[in-house]
Amino acid sequence: MSGRGTLLQSRQRQQRLAQAVAYAILTLGAVMILIPFVFMLSTSLKDKDRIFTRSIEWIPRKQIRVEVSGKTVKLFRFAKSLGDIYAVPVEELPRDRVRVAVLTRRPAETVDPRFLRTTRVVDWNEPNFRFLLYLRNTLAITVLALVGQVLSCTLVAFGFARLRFPGRGFLFIVLLSTMMLPAQVTMVPLFKLFVSLGWYDTFLPLTVPAYFATSAFFVFLLRQYFMGIPIEMDEAARIDGASSWGVFSRVLLPQVKPAVATVAIFSFMGHWNDFLGPLIYLGNPDLRTLALGLYAFQGEHSVDLQLLMAAASVVMLPLLALFAVAQRYFIQGVVISGVKG
Amino acid sequence: MRRGSLLRREAIDGYLFISPWIVGFLVFTLGPMLFSLYASLCDWDMLHTPRFIGLANYATMFGHDFRFAKSLSVTLLYSAMALPLGVVASLGIAILLNQKVKGLTLFRAIYYIPAILPGVAVALMWKWIFNPESGAINLLLAKIGIQGPGWFTSPEWAVPALVIMSVWGAGAGMIIYLAGLQSVPTQLYEAAELDGAGAWGKFRNVTLPMISPTVFFNIVMGIIGSFQVFTTAFVITGGAGSPAYSTLFYVLYLYQKAFKYFSMGYACAMAWVLFVIILSLTLVVFVTSKRWVYYESERRG
Repeated sequence: MSGRGTLLQSRQRQQRLAQAVAYAILTLGAVMILIPFVFMLSTSLKDKDRIFTRSIEWIPRKQIRVEVSGKTVKLFRFAKSLGDIYAVPVEELPRDRVRVAVLTRRPAETVDPRFLRTTRVVDWNEPNFRFLLYLRNTLAITVLALVGQVLSCTLVAFGFARLRFPGRGFLFIVLLSTMMLPAQVTMVPLFKLFVSLGWYDTFLPLTVPAYFATSAFFVFLLRQYFMGIPIEMDEAARIDGASSWGVFSRVLLPQVKPAVATVAIFSFMGHWNDFLGPLIYLGNPDLRTLALGLYAFQGEHSVDLQLLMAAASVVMLPLLALFAVAQRYFIQGVVISGVKG
Repeated sequence: MRRGSLLRREAIDGYLFISPWIVGFLVFTLGPMLFSLYASLCDWDMLHTPRFIGLANYATMFGHDFRFAKSLSVTLLYSAMALPLGVVASLGIAILLNQKVKGLTLFRAIYYIPAILPGVAVALMWKWIFNPESGAINLLLAKIGIQGPGWFTSPEWAVPALVIMSVWGAGAGMIIYLAGLQSVPTQLYEAAELDGAGAWGKFRNVTLPMISPTVFFNIVMGIIGSFQVFTTAFVITGGAGSPAYSTLFYVLYLYQKAFKYFSMGYACAMAWVLFVIILSLTLVVFVTSKRWVYYESERRG
């Protein structure tokens, strides 16, 4: 009896020690996950002069506003090898180009128009992270695609899970095997197809395919859920005279809500974070998504780093918020993808 | 008679329900696949009609294109480092989390965060952290007297930097392993303890066999994933795969061929080679898995 007691005690002590070590390592790991974010946030809040000391040519610097003939405009400063050059915009041109007037003197708060040298067009994008515009574009694409994906994948999953028809097994295997196909195989022909449909510089290539159950994984996941619901429920409804549509919409759909939520969240994440799609199909700066806008922001001309980090943080924020609210569904989706696969 | 018509009705409904997928499959998958296969045998810039050139694209690829060879070796080097490290890190964290620690939900959430964030934002963040002069890592290294490498500006250190990023983002794997670990029956551990097994013995003889299918699945997915690395390398190098092609990942090069040089035929050929590579690697893992993956159902059956 006493021997058993000491065994238990030593086991408990061992377990406690193991837990302490586990805590230490886990905390260290969590800190290492979070440090990059801290660094990014602290950079985004810093004054630019503390970040970089070297000046690179044609870096647009801090935005100062000056007054020219009673109008408030942005002052641009370009670092050139022979000292800084200042300019004010006089005309906005298409494609983010601006006609600027170069100043012949160091600017004061009010610029005397006499000191403006002949204007010239600068082939230079104003480093402007148009968050609200990008947000609207991203939301439009994400919501349109998400709705399509949830609708079509749920319908198809129901068909495969609950209705018997010749060739069902074969077609389902075909569907599963498309998961193995790298998207690059169809990338070029799809580009050709969408361009010839006149869909370049529209959201259509990024949203329309979602309405045709193009994500085999989502169909698979939803089908698994449908299969878990007792078939007696369908039969009872059918005896009461329900059609297939009735069984689907009134009986089964309410049952698979958790799976639908998981699919919706993963679809949201996929489209919100998508980079290659917008990169290929959206050339017009006004159509940029957050991801593409952020990429363009660092773009051909380096932008002030604290602005870039601020933009990166802002782009991450909506997903962090979503994760905080719907963590359960994220985790659920990952678990299903990994364990049942 | 009535039963027959009911079955026919059900079959028609079935086809109707799956019709979105059938249309989608034909238009967005099968059609483009066939066209891509044909285009891979052509010289095609998308402006003119494709000109049939047989296997010339494939011959160039394996014969004279040093950048193709480079992109393969970059991708393989990255996989060889990122995959094992990713498995060890995510499995290790999962095992620790499985020690009935308090705050599991919080830890799990923190570790998973990197996996949900937009690749572009994450890439820009790390580009700054790996900045040779002013980035956090080299500043920290300097504090302990180490002169940090050039990371993304150095041909030797660019891939290791990407590997570090990938380990940082290995949280999705951790969640899968954790789910696998939680499904291991506790009686097995108790039985092992009665047999006098220590912590290592339990891990080696109970945990590892029980979660080997999960590990196996993750390795397969990891191989496929590392052959698809694009956004990170593209954003950090502005699409160039620099320096000295050291981050010219396979898909990045494919993208360049298609949308920078407009060698659409060549890009299609590369996509098919990628498909074959992924298929055969998956097959290799499947075949060898019989030796090390333990399926409980096999023993029962």
